[in-house]
Amino acid sequence: MAYRIEESQCTGCSACEPECPNNAIYATGGLYAINPKKCTECIGYFDEPQCVSACPIDDTCVIDQSYTRYVAAQLGS
Amino acid sequence: MAGSVQIASPSGSKLKLLSSIKIEVNGQPAKQGGCSSSSAGGKASCGSAAGAGDLDPEIWEKVKNHPCYSEEAHHHYARMHVAVAPACNIQCNYCNRKYDCSNESRPGVVSERLTPEQAAMKVVAVASEIPQMTVLGIAGPGDPLANPDKTFKTFELIARQAPDIKLCLSTNGLALPDYVKQIKDFNVDHVTITINMVDPAVGERIYPWVYFKHKRYRGRDAAKLLTDRQMEGLEALTANKILCKVNSVMIPGINDDHLLEVNRAVKSRGAFLHNIMPLISEPEHGTYFGLNGQRGPSAQELKALQDKCEGEMNMMRHCRQCRADAVGLLGEDRSGEFTTEKIEQMAVIYDFESRRNYQKAVEEERQAKVAAKRAEMDTLAGELSDIKLLIAVATKGSGKINEHFGHAHEFQVYEVSTEGAKFIGHRRVDLYCQGGFGEEAALETVIRAINDCHAVFVAKIGACPKDELTAAGIEPVDRYAHEFIEKSAIAYFRDYLAKVKSGEIVHADRGDAAIRQGAFVAA
Repeated sequence: MAYRIEESQCTGCSACEPECPNNAIYATGGLYAINPKKCTECIGYFDEPQCVSACPIDDTCVIDQSYTRYVAAQLGS
Repeated sequence: MAGSVQIASPSGSKLKLLSSIKIEVNGQPAKQGGCSSSSAGGKASCGSAAGAGDLDPEIWEKVKNHPCYSEEAHHHYARMHVAVAPACNIQCNYCNRKYDCSNESRPGVVSERLTPEQAAMKVVAVASEIPQMTVLGIAGPGDPLANPDKTFKTFELIARQAPDIKLCLSTNGLALPDYVKQIKDFNVDHVTITINMVDPAVGERIYPWVYFKHKRYRGRDAAKLLTDRQMEGLEALTANKILCKVNSVMIPGINDDHLLEVNRAVKSRGAFLHNIMPLISEPEHGTYFGLNGQRGPSAQELKALQDKCEGEMNMMRHCRQCRADAVGLLGEDRSGEFTTEKIEQMAVIYDFESRRNYQKAVEEERQAKVAAKRAEMDTLAGELSDIKLLIAVATKGSGKINEHFGHAHEFQVYEVSTEGAKFIGHRRVDLYCQGGFGEEAALETVIRAINDCHAVFVAKIGACPKDELTAAGIEPVDRYAHEFIEKSAIAYFRDYLAKVKSGEIVHADRGDAAIRQGAFVAA
Protein backbone atom coordinates (compact mmCIF):
# COMPACT_ATOMS: atom_id res chain seq x y z
CA MET A 1 0.00 0.00 0.00
CA ALA A 2 2.66 2.40 -0.86
CA TYR A 3 4.83 4.14 -3.36
CA ARG A 4 8.56 3.78 -3.13
CA ILE A 5 11.41 5.82 -4.61
CA GLU A 6 13.71 4.02 -6.99
CA GLU A 7 17.08 4.86 -5.53
CA SER A 8 19.03 4.71 -8.79
CA GLN A 9 16.65 7.26 -10.31
CA CYS A 10 16.38 9.75 -7.44
CA THR A 11 18.43 12.95 -7.85
CA GLY A 12 17.76 14.11 -4.30
CA CYS A 13 16.12 17.30 -5.56
CA SER A 14 13.57 17.30 -2.71
CA ALA A 15 10.64 18.31 -4.94
CA CYS A 16 8.49 15.47 -3.59
CA GLU A 17 9.18 15.92 0.08
CA PRO A 18 7.00 18.94 0.95
CA GLU A 19 4.20 17.75 -1.33
CA CYS A 20 3.41 14.52 0.54
CA PRO A 21 0.17 14.94 2.50
CA ASN A 22 1.25 12.21 4.93
CA ASN A 23 4.80 13.41 5.65
CA ALA A 24 5.85 9.96 4.51
CA ILE A 25 8.89 11.19 2.56
CA TYR A 26 12.22 11.62 4.29
CA ALA A 27 15.81 12.41 3.32
CA THR A 28 18.36 9.65 3.57
CA GLY A 29 21.96 9.81 2.39
CA GLY A 30 21.32 12.76 0.10
CA LEU A 31 18.35 11.06 -1.56
CA TYR A 32 14.72 10.61 -0.54
CA ALA A 33 12.67 7.62 0.53
CA ILE A 34 9.04 6.88 1.40
CA ASN A 35 7.91 5.35 4.68
CA PRO A 36 5.42 2.71 3.42
CA LYS A 37 3.57 2.73 6.71
CA LYS A 38 2.60 6.36 6.20
CA CYS A 39 1.95 6.36 2.42
CA THR A 40 -1.71 6.34 1.35
CA GLU A 41 -0.94 6.77 -2.36
CA CYS A 42 -2.58 10.18 -1.82
CA ILE A 43 -5.99 8.54 -1.92
CA GLY A 44 -8.42 10.78 -0.15
CA TYR A 45 -6.15 13.79 -0.60
CA PHE A 46 -5.45 14.30 -4.28
CA ASP A 47 -6.40 12.86 -7.66
CA GLU A 48 -2.82 11.95 -8.41
CA PRO A 49 0.01 10.73 -6.18
CA GLN A 50 1.96 13.90 -5.43
CA CYS A 51 5.42 12.36 -5.40
CA VAL A 52 4.85 11.02 -8.91
CA SER A 53 3.53 14.37 -10.17
CA ALA A 54 6.28 16.45 -8.62
CA CYS A 55 9.23 14.20 -9.51
CA PRO A 56 11.34 15.44 -12.46
CA ILE A 57 12.45 11.94 -13.45
CA ASP A 58 9.99 9.45 -14.93
CA ASP A 59 9.59 6.06 -13.22
CA THR A 60 11.23 7.16 -9.99
CA CYS A 61 8.23 7.12 -7.63
CA VAL A 62 6.67 3.73 -8.33
CA ILE A 63 4.21 1.38 -6.63
CA ASP A 64 5.96 -0.97 -4.25
CA GLN A 65 4.64 -4.36 -5.27
CA SER A 66 5.58 -5.92 -1.96
CA TYR A 67 2.75 -4.05 -0.27
CA THR A 68 -0.96 -4.47 -0.83
CA ARG A 69 -2.47 -1.51 -2.68
CA TYR A 70 -3.88 1.02 -0.23
CA VAL A 71 -7.45 0.86 -1.55
CA ALA A 72 -7.55 -2.90 -1.37
CA ALA A 73 -6.26 -2.80 2.17
CA GLN A 74 -8.90 -0.26 3.16
CA LEU A 75 -11.70 -2.33 1.66
CA GLY A 76 -10.42 -5.45 3.36
CA SER A 77 -10.26 -3.93 6.81
CA MET B 1 23.46 40.90 15.10
CA ALA B 2 26.32 39.51 17.04
CA GLY B 3 29.71 38.94 15.50
CA SER B 4 30.01 35.59 17.16
CA VAL B 5 27.71 33.26 15.31
CA GLN B 6 28.91 29.70 15.41
CA ILE B 7 27.42 27.01 13.32
CA ALA B 8 28.06 23.36 13.85
CA SER B 9 29.51 21.72 10.77
CA PRO B 10 28.40 18.24 9.79
CA SER B 11 31.59 16.89 11.32
CA GLY B 12 30.63 18.41 14.64
CA SER B 13 33.44 20.92 14.80
CA LYS B 14 32.46 24.50 15.51
CA LEU B 15 33.10 26.85 12.67
CA LYS B 16 34.90 29.87 13.86
CA LEU B 17 34.97 31.84 10.71
CA LEU B 18 31.80 33.75 11.43
CA SER B 19 33.06 34.64 14.86
CA SER B 20 35.82 36.72 13.36
CA ILE B 21 33.64 38.68 11.02
CA LYS B 22 34.02 42.40 11.36
CA ILE B 23 30.60 43.86 10.80
CA GLU B 24 30.97 47.59 10.55
CA VAL B 25 27.43 48.25 9.47
CA ASN B 26 25.85 46.02 12.03
CA GLY B 27 22.31 45.10 11.22
CA GLN B 28 21.99 47.72 8.52
CA PRO B 29 20.07 46.46 5.54
CA ALA B 30 21.77 46.80 2.21
CA LYS B 31 21.12 50.16 0.64
CA GLN B 32 18.30 49.81 -1.83
CA GLY B 33 17.72 52.41 -4.49
CA GLY B 34 14.22 52.88 -5.80
CA CYS B 35 13.44 52.12 -9.39
CA SER B 36 11.48 54.35 -11.61
CA SER B 37 8.86 52.30 -13.38
CA SER B 38 8.30 55.07 -15.88
CA SER B 39 11.69 54.47 -17.41
CA ALA B 40 11.70 50.71 -17.03
CA GLY B 41 10.05 50.32 -20.42
CA GLY B 42 12.16 52.95 -22.07
CA LYS B 43 15.14 52.12 -24.15
CA ALA B 44 18.60 53.37 -23.52
CA SER B 45 20.73 54.35 -26.46
CA CYS B 46 23.16 51.47 -26.45
CA GLY B 47 21.53 48.41 -24.99
CA SER B 48 22.71 46.78 -21.86
CA ALA B 49 26.04 48.43 -22.47
CA ALA B 50 24.32 51.61 -21.36
CA GLY B 51 26.39 53.66 -18.97
CA ALA B 52 25.57 56.30 -16.40
CA GLY B 53 24.67 58.86 -18.99
CA ASP B 54 22.10 56.76 -20.81
CA LEU B 55 19.99 55.46 -17.94
CA ASP B 56 17.64 56.86 -15.37
CA PRO B 57 19.94 57.63 -12.40
CA GLU B 58 17.93 55.40 -10.09
CA ILE B 59 18.21 52.46 -12.47
CA TRP B 60 21.91 53.14 -13.03
CA GLU B 61 22.41 53.06 -9.27
CA LYS B 62 20.77 49.64 -9.21
CA VAL B 63 22.63 48.09 -12.12
CA LYS B 64 26.04 49.77 -12.10
CA ASN B 65 27.68 47.11 -9.92
CA HIS B 66 25.58 44.22 -11.21
CA PRO B 67 27.48 42.15 -13.76
CA CYS B 68 24.34 40.44 -15.05
CA TYR B 69 22.37 43.63 -15.58
CA SER B 70 25.06 45.90 -16.95
CA GLU B 71 27.49 44.94 -19.69
CA GLU B 72 29.72 47.75 -18.51
CA ALA B 73 29.70 46.39 -14.95
CA HIS B 74 30.59 42.86 -15.96
CA HIS B 75 34.16 43.83 -16.77
CA HIS B 76 34.69 44.90 -13.15
CA TYR B 77 32.26 43.14 -10.86
CA ALA B 78 31.70 39.52 -10.00
CA ARG B 79 28.68 37.51 -8.98
CA MET B 80 28.12 34.26 -7.23
CA HIS B 81 25.30 31.77 -7.19
CA VAL B 82 24.54 29.52 -4.25
CA ALA B 83 22.90 26.20 -5.05
CA VAL B 84 20.29 26.01 -2.30
CA ALA B 85 17.27 25.32 -4.51
CA PRO B 86 17.35 21.81 -5.97
CA ALA B 87 13.61 21.26 -6.60
CA CYS B 88 11.89 22.42 -9.76
CA ASN B 89 8.21 22.69 -10.63
CA ILE B 90 8.37 22.44 -14.41
CA GLN B 91 10.11 20.29 -16.99
CA CYS B 92 11.92 21.95 -19.90
CA ASN B 93 13.02 20.06 -22.97
CA TYR B 94 16.50 21.60 -22.73
CA CYS B 95 17.08 20.42 -19.18
CA ASN B 96 17.90 17.02 -17.75
CA ARG B 97 17.99 16.93 -13.99
CA LYS B 98 19.82 13.63 -13.86
CA TYR B 99 22.90 15.10 -15.50
CA ASP B 100 25.46 16.65 -13.19
CA CYS B 101 29.02 17.20 -14.23
CA SER B 102 31.61 19.36 -12.57
CA ASN B 103 33.21 20.19 -15.90
CA GLU B 104 30.07 21.61 -17.37
CA SER B 105 29.37 25.29 -17.33
CA ARG B 106 25.69 25.85 -17.93
CA PRO B 107 22.54 26.50 -15.93
CA GLY B 108 21.04 23.76 -13.79
CA VAL B 109 24.40 22.13 -13.13
CA VAL B 110 26.13 22.18 -9.73
CA SER B 111 28.72 20.10 -7.95
CA GLU B 112 27.54 20.69 -4.40
CA ARG B 113 24.19 21.57 -2.90
CA LEU B 114 24.17 23.81 0.13
CA THR B 115 21.94 24.44 3.10
CA PRO B 116 21.03 28.10 3.67
CA GLU B 117 23.57 28.24 6.51
CA GLN B 118 26.36 26.79 4.36
CA ALA B 119 25.38 29.18 1.58
CA ALA B 120 25.58 32.24 3.83
CA MET B 121 28.99 31.14 5.04
CA LYS B 122 30.17 30.68 1.49
CA VAL B 123 28.96 34.13 0.48
CA VAL B 124 30.83 35.77 3.34
CA ALA B 125 33.98 33.79 2.52
CA VAL B 126 33.84 34.64 -1.17
CA ALA B 127 33.06 38.32 -0.56
CA SER B 128 36.12 38.53 1.67
CA GLU B 129 38.42 36.95 -0.91
CA ILE B 130 36.94 38.68 -3.94
CA PRO B 131 36.18 42.35 -3.21
CA GLN B 132 34.59 42.77 -6.63
CA MET B 133 31.87 40.26 -5.71
CA THR B 134 28.82 42.47 -5.35
CA VAL B 135 25.93 40.24 -6.29
CA LEU B 136 24.49 37.06 -4.85
CA GLY B 137 21.98 35.15 -6.91
CA ILE B 138 19.93 32.06 -6.32
CA ALA B 139 19.34 30.35 -9.60
CA GLY B 140 18.82 26.72 -8.84
CA PRO B 141 19.87 24.14 -9.77
CA GLY B 142 16.05 23.86 -9.74
CA ASP B 143 13.76 26.85 -9.33
CA PRO B 144 14.32 29.14 -6.31
CA LEU B 145 10.58 29.69 -5.86
CA ALA B 146 9.91 25.96 -5.86
CA ASN B 147 12.14 25.96 -2.75
CA PRO B 148 10.83 29.11 -1.07
CA ASP B 149 11.85 28.26 2.49
CA LYS B 150 15.48 27.56 1.56
CA THR B 151 15.68 30.52 -0.80
CA PHE B 152 14.33 33.16 1.57
CA LYS B 153 16.20 31.75 4.56
CA THR B 154 19.41 32.15 2.57
CA PHE B 155 18.56 35.76 1.69
CA GLU B 156 17.75 36.50 5.31
CA LEU B 157 21.10 35.17 6.54
CA ILE B 158 23.09 36.99 3.88
CA ALA B 159 21.31 40.31 4.39
CA ARG B 160 22.29 40.08 8.04
CA GLN B 161 25.93 39.08 7.55
CA ALA B 162 26.87 40.88 4.35
CA PRO B 163 24.41 43.74 3.98
CA ASP B 164 26.26 45.42 1.10
CA ILE B 165 25.66 42.52 -1.25
CA LYS B 166 22.84 42.79 -3.74
CA LEU B 167 20.38 39.91 -3.81
CA CYS B 168 18.79 38.51 -6.91
CA LEU B 169 17.01 35.39 -8.06
CA SER B 170 16.18 33.69 -11.31
CA THR B 171 12.92 31.82 -11.79
CA ASN B 172 10.74 30.14 -14.40
CA GLY B 173 7.89 32.29 -13.11
CA LEU B 174 5.34 29.58 -12.36
CA ALA B 175 5.27 30.31 -8.63
CA LEU B 176 6.26 33.98 -8.98
CA PRO B 177 2.88 35.69 -8.38
CA ASP B 178 2.68 34.04 -4.95
CA TYR B 179 6.07 35.40 -3.83
CA VAL B 180 6.27 38.97 -5.10
CA LYS B 181 5.51 40.34 -1.64
CA GLN B 182 8.24 38.24 -0.05
CA ILE B 183 10.70 39.22 -2.76
CA LYS B 184 10.02 42.85 -1.96
CA ASP B 185 10.12 42.31 1.80
CA PHE B 186 13.51 40.61 1.54
CA ASN B 187 14.91 43.50 -0.55
CA VAL B 188 15.63 41.30 -3.53
CA ASP B 189 16.76 43.89 -6.04
CA HIS B 190 16.67 42.02 -9.30
CA VAL B 191 14.58 39.15 -10.59
CA THR B 192 15.18 37.23 -13.79
CA ILE B 193 12.34 35.28 -15.39
CA THR B 194 13.01 32.75 -18.10
CA ILE B 195 10.32 33.33 -20.71
CA ASN B 196 10.64 31.31 -23.89
CA MET B 197 7.17 31.90 -25.31
CA VAL B 198 3.93 33.79 -24.89
CA ASP B 199 1.93 31.40 -27.09
CA PRO B 200 0.91 27.99 -25.65
CA ALA B 201 1.18 26.43 -29.12
CA VAL B 202 4.90 27.27 -29.03
CA GLY B 203 5.17 26.47 -25.34
CA GLU B 204 3.95 22.92 -25.64
CA ARG B 205 6.99 22.16 -27.78
CA ILE B 206 9.30 23.42 -25.02
CA TYR B 207 7.59 22.31 -21.79
CA PRO B 208 6.21 18.75 -21.49
CA TRP B 209 4.64 19.47 -18.09
CA VAL B 210 4.32 21.83 -15.15
CA TYR B 211 3.39 20.95 -11.56
CA PHE B 212 1.03 23.47 -10.02
CA LYS B 213 -1.16 23.32 -6.93
CA HIS B 214 -0.95 19.54 -6.53
CA LYS B 215 -1.57 18.76 -10.17
CA ARG B 216 0.61 17.96 -13.14
CA TYR B 217 -0.50 19.81 -16.29
CA ARG B 218 0.64 18.69 -19.72
CA GLY B 219 0.78 19.98 -23.27
CA ARG B 220 -0.94 23.21 -24.19
CA ASP B 221 -2.67 23.51 -20.79
CA ALA B 222 0.72 23.45 -19.10
CA ALA B 223 2.12 26.11 -21.42
CA LYS B 224 -0.98 28.29 -21.04
CA LEU B 225 -0.76 28.12 -17.27
CA LEU B 226 2.95 28.91 -17.33
CA THR B 227 2.68 31.91 -19.64
CA ASP B 228 -0.28 33.35 -17.68
CA ARG B 229 1.65 33.06 -14.42
CA GLN B 230 4.82 34.51 -15.96
CA MET B 231 3.01 37.58 -17.26
CA GLU B 232 1.16 38.06 -13.98
CA GLY B 233 4.42 37.76 -12.05
CA LEU B 234 6.28 40.17 -14.34
CA GLU B 235 3.52 42.76 -14.03
CA ALA B 236 3.50 42.43 -10.25
CA LEU B 237 7.28 42.85 -10.07
CA THR B 238 7.34 46.00 -12.15
CA ALA B 239 4.36 47.37 -10.21
CA ASN B 240 6.48 46.87 -7.09
CA LYS B 241 9.47 48.56 -8.76
CA ILE B 242 11.64 45.46 -8.72
CA LEU B 243 14.06 45.46 -11.64
CA CYS B 244 13.27 42.61 -13.97
CA LYS B 245 15.33 40.87 -16.63
CA VAL B 246 13.88 38.31 -19.01
CA ASN B 247 15.95 35.37 -20.22
CA SER B 248 14.90 33.52 -23.36
CA VAL B 249 16.46 30.42 -24.86
CA MET B 250 16.65 30.67 -28.65
CA ILE B 251 15.56 27.34 -30.14
CA PRO B 252 15.80 27.43 -33.95
CA GLY B 253 12.61 26.24 -35.63
CA ILE B 254 10.61 26.42 -32.41
CA ASN B 255 10.71 29.90 -30.94
CA ASP B 256 13.31 31.87 -32.90
CA ASP B 257 10.85 34.09 -34.78
CA HIS B 258 8.42 34.00 -31.87
CA LEU B 259 10.97 35.63 -29.55
CA LEU B 260 10.27 38.98 -31.25
CA GLU B 261 6.72 38.65 -29.93
CA VAL B 262 8.05 37.63 -26.51
CA ASN B 263 10.28 40.71 -26.61
CA ARG B 264 7.28 42.99 -27.23
CA ALA B 265 5.21 41.26 -24.54
CA VAL B 266 7.85 41.61 -21.82
CA LYS B 267 8.80 45.13 -22.80
CA SER B 268 5.19 46.27 -22.57
CA ARG B 269 5.04 44.80 -19.07
CA GLY B 270 8.03 46.76 -17.90
CA ALA B 271 10.95 44.32 -18.15
CA PHE B 272 14.22 46.26 -18.06
CA LEU B 273 16.47 43.95 -20.03
CA HIS B 274 16.08 41.02 -22.44
CA ASN B 275 18.71 38.31 -22.63
CA ILE B 276 18.39 35.94 -25.58
CA MET B 277 20.67 32.94 -25.11
CA PRO B 278 21.55 30.15 -27.52
CA LEU B 279 20.14 26.68 -26.86
CA ILE B 280 22.70 24.26 -25.45
CA SER B 281 21.80 20.79 -26.72
CA GLU B 282 24.64 18.33 -26.79
CA PRO B 283 23.29 14.76 -27.00
CA GLU B 284 25.47 13.65 -24.08
CA HIS B 285 23.56 15.94 -21.73
CA GLY B 286 20.59 13.64 -22.22
CA THR B 287 18.03 16.41 -22.68
CA TYR B 288 14.96 15.86 -24.87
CA PHE B 289 16.27 18.39 -27.38
CA GLY B 290 19.78 16.96 -27.25
CA LEU B 291 18.58 13.42 -27.86
CA ASN B 292 16.25 14.48 -30.65
CA GLY B 293 18.77 16.40 -32.70
CA GLN B 294 17.42 19.89 -31.99
CA ARG B 295 20.26 22.25 -32.93
CA GLY B 296 21.25 25.53 -31.32
CA PRO B 297 21.67 28.77 -33.29
CA SER B 298 24.90 29.93 -34.95
CA ALA B 299 26.63 33.06 -33.70
CA GLN B 300 25.25 35.19 -36.54
CA GLU B 301 21.69 33.80 -36.15
CA LEU B 302 21.80 34.76 -32.49
CA LYS B 303 23.22 38.20 -33.23
CA ALA B 304 20.61 38.86 -35.94
CA LEU B 305 17.77 38.13 -33.51
CA GLN B 306 19.37 40.23 -30.76
CA ASP B 307 19.86 43.09 -33.23
CA LYS B 308 16.20 42.92 -34.26
CA CYS B 309 15.02 43.04 -30.65
CA GLU B 310 17.43 45.84 -29.78
CA GLY B 311 15.24 48.31 -31.62
CA GLU B 312 12.64 47.54 -28.96
CA MET B 313 14.52 47.39 -25.67
CA ASN B 314 17.83 46.84 -23.86
CA MET B 315 19.45 43.59 -24.88
CA MET B 316 21.92 41.65 -22.80
CA ARG B 317 24.67 40.05 -24.84
CA HIS B 318 27.23 39.22 -22.21
CA CYS B 319 25.43 36.30 -20.53
CA ARG B 320 27.71 33.29 -20.01
CA GLN B 321 24.88 30.84 -19.18
CA CYS B 322 26.67 30.02 -15.99
CA ARG B 323 26.25 27.26 -13.49
CA ALA B 324 23.90 27.50 -10.51
CA ASP B 325 26.99 27.56 -8.27
CA ALA B 326 29.28 29.84 -10.30
CA VAL B 327 31.67 32.21 -8.53
CA GLY B 328 33.64 35.10 -10.00
CA LEU B 329 33.58 37.47 -12.95
CA LEU B 330 31.26 36.36 -15.73
CA GLY B 331 33.29 34.07 -17.94
CA GLU B 332 35.40 32.77 -15.09
CA ASP B 333 34.37 30.25 -12.49
CA ARG B 334 36.19 30.07 -9.18
CA SER B 335 33.65 27.83 -7.47
CA GLY B 336 36.32 25.15 -7.06
CA GLU B 337 38.16 27.42 -4.60
CA PHE B 338 35.11 27.70 -2.38
CA THR B 339 33.83 24.24 -1.64
CA THR B 340 32.24 23.78 1.78
CA GLU B 341 35.27 21.83 2.85
CA LYS B 342 37.70 24.60 1.87
CA ILE B 343 35.53 27.33 3.36
CA GLU B 344 35.61 25.59 6.68
CA GLN B 345 39.40 25.97 6.69
CA MET B 346 39.38 29.66 5.84
CA ALA B 347 39.83 32.47 8.30
CA VAL B 348 37.30 34.94 7.05
CA ILE B 349 37.36 38.63 7.79
CA TYR B 350 34.53 40.53 6.21
CA ASP B 351 36.15 43.84 5.55
CA PHE B 352 33.76 46.51 4.34
CA GLU B 353 36.62 48.99 4.08
CA SER B 354 38.60 47.06 1.49
CA ARG B 355 35.45 46.26 -0.44
CA ARG B 356 34.61 49.96 -0.57
CA ASN B 357 38.14 50.87 -1.62
CA TYR B 358 38.08 48.34 -4.43
CA GLN B 359 34.81 49.73 -5.67
CA LYS B 360 36.18 53.25 -5.54
CA ALA B 361 39.17 52.20 -7.66
CA VAL B 362 36.80 50.63 -10.17
CA GLU B 363 34.84 53.87 -10.43
CA GLU B 364 38.04 55.72 -11.29
CA GLU B 365 39.02 53.16 -13.89
CA ARG B 366 35.56 53.32 -15.41
CA GLN B 367 35.82 57.05 -15.80
CA ALA B 368 39.26 56.74 -17.40
CA LYS B 369 37.84 54.18 -19.81
CA VAL B 370 34.95 56.40 -20.83
CA ALA B 371 37.26 59.39 -21.29
CA ALA B 372 39.64 57.34 -23.46
CA LYS B 373 36.76 56.11 -25.60
CA ARG B 374 35.40 59.63 -26.03
CA ALA B 375 38.76 61.08 -27.02
CA GLU B 376 39.23 58.34 -29.59
CA MET B 377 35.71 58.82 -30.96
CA ASP B 378 36.54 62.47 -31.68
CA THR B 379 39.14 61.27 -34.18
CA LEU B 380 36.39 59.45 -36.08
CA ALA B 381 34.24 62.55 -36.38
CA GLY B 382 33.28 63.26 -39.93
CA GLU B 383 34.06 59.75 -41.18
CA LEU B 384 31.30 58.38 -43.38
CA SER B 385 31.24 54.67 -44.05
CA ASP B 386 28.82 51.73 -43.92
CA ILE B 387 31.58 49.35 -42.93
CA LYS B 388 31.03 47.36 -39.75
CA LEU B 389 33.71 45.12 -38.35
CA LEU B 390 33.66 42.53 -35.60
CA ILE B 391 36.73 42.33 -33.40
CA ALA B 392 37.45 39.51 -30.98
CA VAL B 393 39.27 40.53 -27.80
CA ALA B 394 41.28 38.48 -25.31
CA THR B 395 40.65 40.06 -21.91
CA LYS B 396 40.81 39.21 -18.24
CA GLY B 397 38.51 42.09 -17.30
CA SER B 398 38.68 45.78 -16.42
CA GLY B 399 37.80 46.61 -20.02
CA LYS B 400 41.38 46.12 -21.19
CA ILE B 401 43.16 43.96 -23.74
CA ASN B 402 45.14 42.09 -21.13
CA GLU B 403 45.05 38.39 -21.99
CA HIS B 404 47.46 36.23 -23.96
CA PHE B 405 45.84 34.63 -27.00
CA GLY B 406 46.73 31.16 -25.80
CA HIS B 407 45.34 31.71 -22.31
CA ALA B 408 41.91 32.94 -23.35
CA HIS B 409 38.91 30.83 -22.35
CA GLU B 410 36.73 33.18 -24.31
CA PHE B 411 36.89 36.15 -26.62
CA GLN B 412 34.70 39.19 -26.21
CA VAL B 413 33.33 40.43 -29.49
CA TYR B 414 32.92 44.12 -30.34
CA GLU B 415 31.20 45.57 -33.36
CA VAL B 416 32.87 48.73 -34.53
CA SER B 417 31.54 51.26 -37.02
CA THR B 418 31.45 55.03 -37.40
CA GLU B 419 28.95 54.89 -34.53
CA GLY B 420 31.70 53.65 -32.22
CA ALA B 421 32.51 50.33 -30.57
CA LYS B 422 29.78 48.16 -29.10
CA PHE B 423 30.03 44.91 -27.18
CA ILE B 424 27.91 42.34 -29.01
CA GLY B 425 28.80 39.04 -27.36
CA HIS B 426 31.44 36.59 -26.36
CA ARG B 427 32.71 33.30 -27.74
CA ARG B 428 33.83 30.54 -25.46
CA VAL B 429 36.78 28.52 -26.73
CA ASP B 430 38.94 25.64 -25.69
CA LEU B 431 42.17 26.81 -24.24
CA TYR B 432 44.64 26.97 -27.12
CA CYS B 433 47.75 27.00 -25.03
CA GLN B 434 48.07 24.07 -22.64
CA GLY B 435 51.27 24.16 -20.64
CA GLY B 436 53.03 26.32 -23.16
CA PHE B 437 52.29 24.21 -26.22
CA GLY B 438 49.73 25.39 -28.70
CA GLU B 439 47.49 22.62 -29.95
CA GLU B 440 46.42 22.47 -33.54
CA ALA B 441 42.90 21.09 -33.01
CA ALA B 442 42.20 23.72 -30.37
CA LEU B 443 43.33 26.47 -32.72
CA GLU B 444 40.81 25.31 -35.29
CA THR B 445 37.98 25.58 -32.78
CA VAL B 446 39.16 29.08 -31.83
CA ILE B 447 39.09 30.09 -35.49
CA ARG B 448 35.61 28.62 -35.92
CA ALA B 449 34.38 30.52 -32.86
CA ILE B 450 35.62 33.91 -34.07
CA ASN B 451 35.36 33.26 -37.79
CA ASP B 452 33.02 36.24 -38.27
CA CYS B 453 35.65 38.64 -36.88
CA HIS B 454 38.10 40.70 -38.93
CA ALA B 455 40.67 40.94 -36.16
CA VAL B 456 41.58 39.54 -32.79
CA PHE B 457 43.10 41.84 -30.15
CA VAL B 458 45.50 40.18 -27.75
CA ALA B 459 48.08 41.15 -25.15
CA LYS B 460 50.51 38.67 -26.71
CA ILE B 461 50.47 35.89 -29.30
CA GLY B 462 52.91 33.27 -30.55
CA ALA B 463 54.23 33.18 -34.11
CA CYS B 464 52.47 29.98 -35.12
CA PRO B 465 48.88 30.91 -34.21
CA LYS B 466 49.59 34.34 -35.69
CA ASP B 467 50.26 32.78 -39.09
CA GLU B 468 47.26 30.46 -38.87
CA LEU B 469 44.91 33.29 -37.96
CA THR B 470 46.26 35.45 -40.75
CA ALA B 471 45.77 32.57 -43.20
CA ALA B 472 42.16 32.28 -42.00
CA GLY B 473 41.63 35.99 -42.69
CA ILE B 474 41.59 37.12 -39.06
CA GLU B 475 44.23 39.73 -38.32
CA PRO B 476 46.02 39.12 -35.01
CA VAL B 477 46.67 42.49 -33.35
CA ASP B 478 48.97 42.90 -30.35
CA ARG B 479 49.85 46.56 -30.72
CA TYR B 480 47.10 47.63 -28.31
CA ALA B 481 48.26 45.34 -25.50
CA HIS B 482 47.03 46.50 -22.06
CA GLU B 483 45.05 49.39 -23.49
CA PHE B 484 41.30 49.94 -23.18
CA ILE B 485 39.26 47.79 -25.54
CA GLU B 486 36.82 50.30 -26.98
CA LYS B 487 39.43 53.02 -27.51
CA SER B 488 41.64 50.49 -29.31
CA ALA B 489 38.78 49.17 -31.42
CA ILE B 490 37.96 52.68 -32.60
CA ALA B 491 41.64 53.36 -33.38
CA TYR B 492 41.89 50.10 -35.33
CA PHE B 493 38.74 50.97 -37.23
CA ARG B 494 40.08 54.41 -38.16
CA ASP B 495 43.26 52.83 -39.55
CA TYR B 496 41.20 50.19 -41.35
CA LEU B 497 39.06 52.85 -43.05
CA ALA B 498 42.21 54.70 -44.10
CA LYS B 499 43.64 51.54 -45.64
CA VAL B 500 40.39 50.87 -47.49
CA LYS B 501 40.41 54.43 -48.81
CA SER B 502 44.00 54.21 -49.96
CA GLY B 503 43.26 50.92 -51.68
CA GLU B 504 45.74 49.03 -49.51
CA ILE B 505 43.00 46.58 -48.52
CA VAL B 506 39.60 45.67 -49.89
CA HIS B 507 36.84 45.34 -47.34
CA ALA B 508 34.93 42.06 -47.43
CA ASP B 509 32.32 40.60 -45.10
CA ARG B 510 33.29 37.63 -42.98
CA GLY B 511 31.18 34.49 -42.63
CA ASP B 512 29.35 33.00 -39.68
CA ALA B 513 30.83 31.53 -36.50
CA ALA B 514 30.00 28.54 -34.33
CA ILE B 515 28.70 28.74 -30.77
CA ARG B 516 30.71 26.28 -28.76
CA GLN B 517 28.64 23.53 -27.17
CA GLY B 518 30.67 20.82 -25.50
CA ALA B 519 31.86 20.42 -21.96
CA PHE B 520 33.73 23.39 -20.57
CA VAL B 521 36.91 22.36 -18.83
CA ALA B 522 38.29 25.12 -16.67
CA ALA B 523 42.06 25.14 -16.47
